[in-house]
Amino acid sequence: MVLLLFSYFATVSIVAGVMTVALRNPVHCGLALLTLLLHVAGLFVLLNAEFLFAVQIIVYAGAILVLYLFVLMLLNLKTEEKYLHRKHVFLLFAAAGILGELLLLLMQSPYGGMKGQVSPKVVLETGQSQAVGLTMFSDYLLLFEIVGVFLLGAIIGAIVLAKTPTGLHAKADES
Amino acid sequence: MIPLSAYVALSAILFITGLVGVLIRRNFIIVLMCVEIMLNAANINLVAFSSYLESMAGQMAALFIIAIAAGEAAVGLAIIIVVFRGNIATNVDQINLLKW
Repeated sequence: MVLLLFSYFATVSIVAGVMTVALRNPVHCGLALLTLLLHVAGLFVLLNAEFLFAVQIIVYAGAILVLYLFVLMLLNLKTEEKYLHRKHVFLLFAAAGILGELLLLLMQSPYGGMKGQVSPKVVLETGQSQAVGLTMFSDYLLLFEIVGVFLLGAIIGAIVLAKTPTGLHAKADES
Repeated sequence: MIPLSAYVALSAILFITGLVGVLIRRNFIIVLMCVEIMLNAANINLVAFSSYLESMAGQMAALFIIAIAAGEAAVGLAIIIVVFRGNIATNVDQINLLKW
């Protein structure tokens, strides 16, 4: 059952990723990206990461993708005849080569390492969201605060950049 | 039980897909979307290792990546709006104001 679910999520996410890259209409690309994000969220459930599953759907599919689609519709992009670079065939061959090399290396690598304290048994007993919260607000508290400051800076930067520059024009008209 | 290498291979395929998209697409917004694909591939990798090594560190990194992706999307889209409004360019390869 798990294998079936994994193969479904993996296949659909790869197909959706390729469609995001290959489709001509930008809105269709956005919808393919939405499919990809939802199926990656499904993969997170298979990996016992239920909190990340919720965050992926709420933040990625709910907020970030809506922002993308909003800007797409705001800018009213035309679907162009030439939507790829001129030399894209060469790049596709290079990417296929890199991917083959990468997969070869990955299949040969041993995967192992020290186990941590959060075994599936502990997760099932206490709940995964609680484990995430306890870790985030003890070991990763400083990072959490830094990310908060980063998000504040990003909000201010986005507002300043996208604000209609009326002030400059008004000053130029006066003088 | 699914082997860890399956997740890693899936993440590699998605990452290369996103990389190809960044390199070959001419539309700004699609390029940013392909960056999101790459971030998601990295997230799959982190969560898979976190689950298989029974540690919380990978999931923390994935959460922070999602937060950073939100900020990146906001700032990137604001820059795109500025570029469009100033009629500077409509495609990625036409932005060459900083070219020496």
